[in-house]
Amino acid sequence: MEPAVRMEAITMSFGPNEVLKGIDLAIEPGKVTAMLGANGAGKSTLIKVLSGVYNGYGGTVVIDGAPVYIDHPTTARSHGVEAVHQKIADGIVPGLSVAENLLFEAIVNNEVPRAASLHSLMPRARHVASVLDLDWSDDLLRSDVYELPIADQQLLLLTRALVHEPRLLILDEPTSALSKTEADRLFDVIRRLRDDGVAVFYVSHRIGEIDSIADRLLVLRDGVIRSDQGRPFDWAGALHEMLDADEAERTQRTAELRGTDEVLRLEGVQLLAKSEPFDLSIRSGEVTGVFGLLGSGGSQLARGIFGADLFEAGTMTLKGSAFGPKAPADAIAADVYMVPEDRVNGTLIKNWTVSMIATFPFLQDISRLGVLNPLAEAKVGRSVIQDFGVIAQSEGDPVMSLSGGNQQKVVVGRWLRKQPAVMILNEPFQGVDVGARHDLAEKAREVAGTGSAVIVMSTDLEEIMEVSDRVVVLADGNLRHDAYLSETSRDEILQRLSEVE
Amino acid sequence: MATRTMTPKDSKKGVTQSKPRLDARDLLVKYGFIAVTIIFLVYFMATLPAFRTSSTMFTLLKFTSVVAIAGLGVTVTMVVGGLDLSVGATAGMSVTVAAMTMVIYAQQGSVAILAVIMAGAIIGAANALLIVVLKIPDLLATLATMFLVQGLKLVPVDGQSVSSGLILRDGTVAPGKFTPGFLEINRGSIGPVPYPVIIFAVLAVFTWFLLSRTKWGRVMYAIGSNPEAARLAGARVGRYKAFAYMLSGIYASIAGLILASRIGQGDISAGNSLLLDAVAVALVGTSVLGVGKPNAFGTALGAILIGILLTGTTMMNFQYYWQDVVKGFVLLVALVFSFTLSRRKQRFQAAVPL
Repeated sequence: MEPAVRMEAITMSFGPNEVLKGIDLAIEPGKVTAMLGANGAGKSTLIKVLSGVYNGYGGTVVIDGAPVYIDHPTTARSHGVEAVHQKIADGIVPGLSVAENLLFEAIVNNEVPRAASLHSLMPRARHVASVLDLDWSDDLLRSDVYELPIADQQLLLLTRALVHEPRLLILDEPTSALSKTEADRLFDVIRRLRDDGVAVFYVSHRIGEIDSIADRLLVLRDGVIRSDQGRPFDWAGALHEMLDADEAERTQRTAELRGTDEVLRLEGVQLLAKSEPFDLSIRSGEVTGVFGLLGSGGSQLARGIFGADLFEAGTMTLKGSAFGPKAPADAIAADVYMVPEDRVNGTLIKNWTVSMIATFPFLQDISRLGVLNPLAEAKVGRSVIQDFGVIAQSEGDPVMSLSGGNQQKVVVGRWLRKQPAVMILNEPFQGVDVGARHDLAEKAREVAGTGSAVIVMSTDLEEIMEVSDRVVVLADGNLRHDAYLSETSRDEILQRLSEVE
Repeated sequence: MATRTMTPKDSKKGVTQSKPRLDARDLLVKYGFIAVTIIFLVYFMATLPAFRTSSTMFTLLKFTSVVAIAGLGVTVTMVVGGLDLSVGATAGMSVTVAAMTMVIYAQQGSVAILAVIMAGAIIGAANALLIVVLKIPDLLATLATMFLVQGLKLVPVDGQSVSSGLILRDGTVAPGKFTPGFLEINRGSIGPVPYPVIIFAVLAVFTWFLLSRTKWGRVMYAIGSNPEAARLAGARVGRYKAFAYMLSGIYASIAGLILASRIGQGDISAGNSLLLDAVAVALVGTSVLGVGKPNAFGTALGAILIGILLTGTTMMNFQYYWQDVVKGFVLLVALVFSFTLSRRKQRFQAAVPL
């Protein structure tokens, strides 16, 4: 069959950084083609190339047997390529009615009279809604778009894309804001479109969803397609291609630490609205790695223990007494610390120096009667720089002037120097160069060796293998596996992760 | 003008970066505002003989003190990322509360001072409740408080100004009057320095110390700059915000005390123009020394510059309506310094939920 879109040797670079390294792919009509890939694999870059957001890619896109150059979203549209991007809020125009949102493109392009009343727009809006057989009443069409449930907002965006009768429909994580039943509604729509002959390109992290809806599964890694399979899918194989390192790239493991004392006990903890509660015991003297794909509940686990958010349900015990932090300050008072995944928004403060960031959580250490002692502050700054090998001119450098890895060293170092009871590192290696990553992993293992309980959340199996003694596997918020690394294997970890419920 | 030689630290930064140098633009951003202040001061001193006297200087500072003190309160709320729009109303209410305490209830001046400061703290606590507990955006919450305070202060006095000899509801004459001691707040002085100037100086130094030399100030700036990072580092953001609004309420009530003592009666329109002046000086303050963030020193200096200009232009026989022109001009110049000329990427952002 003639493919809806064929890509030949598509490349895309940002400066020296080559993100797509030659994609050859034919997307066929009447099929749902799913793509899986870790963070930074190049998924969103590929989507943005296809939908005309990025200009300046290499290679050829062939549509209808003729090569075309997609340099703008309107070009993509004119060739029948439509994308629904991940963030619903980016597509919805607040303050306008549902009808106006449905007709938004027509309104922007002056295809409707400039001073049209809502009433005069209604027939056209009804027509657009009928594309998806949306059974929306006139009252609903007149209401403000924010009154729509989130799933209907997603359907609205989908409808808007479908008005142009695309040959290729790209869906980027379309269910991330939807509940289970809402997602099922969306899948019904996708199946219908597929049966109508639309080529659907479905990008997601949720293997359960892909398993239920896709006809073909691609794995993208480091800008190349590593695996391409039809049903039934070999999930363990796909996840291996997505996550596992080649033999040569594997880091050497140091001697495994075995903790004995339970420091933190989680009971009946439920991470996501639709996940099962579980118990978990965190021991001092070892590094517990929490591994899962994006959105599998690692962040919720980290933030729940730290009191930054509340668990859906569950209780905690810290060193034998009840532990229920309502704010990070409560957790910190109990020597439970966390480094959040978003370094810039979660830890850094603009125009602050290295020593200001390094001392911020424990200002009582550098002050007397509340008055700051600049000498003590500089001393802590210098000791963090020295102990963690931060590359900076001095402790007075603005923290924003450091590289990502050095910023992270400052942020991790400010907690580790206090010998935490529990140290949670949520994605500590993101945006961090390899050298800094090894240094940070070593420091984390060092502090565990001296009696702290360390928990590292990561979506990268290699990072988990490098830093942890014990691995806990999460999938969709459920606990799938819990074992010491010496007693499990990469294959078993990926196998547990790939089990489709 | 001062020039700076390159330090070894600057030169080490490498060749990829353009050489860091302090050119005219950086100098302008850093010292421009102070230069403008000095230029006007020198100009008025040179052209107006009356301006040169020390009594003029102290009178100028005395009249500036009310706006400056309220501006310091606004500064504190701006530091935590908010903005207190109720300072003018709180100061106005203080005038009425002081008058009621002394004139209607015939209490001592000290009781009036206590009542006024407590009332200011209560308004601050109400703002804190709305913002921290009820999660209303700062600007909107304090706007509502402003109207409530402006209106509610008139209820117990039936919308009348309170002065001695006031006829009460039951037909009797109000028993008390503004006590001499209370009137001393505005009139008295230590040597040549009037009390209001001393209060202003003490509060300015206290606020500067609190904000830039204590751990609490450090946390407050963190909250204003990145509340999530502050929270995740263990700051109890709500408590600090509440503290800032309480402080702002108390400062506004102290400004109101000086105002009440100056007017000598419970003028119901007192404090009406104070809000915009106080916000203006706090905004002007963000541009002083090119720091780009609200700070006590800048606010004090901004208030003084406006005081100099108002006094000077008045002495030069400009009409009263030029006063607003002067204030607007100063604010505009300050904003040009910190927004147009500054190379800083991170600028102070007002707490406007747009």
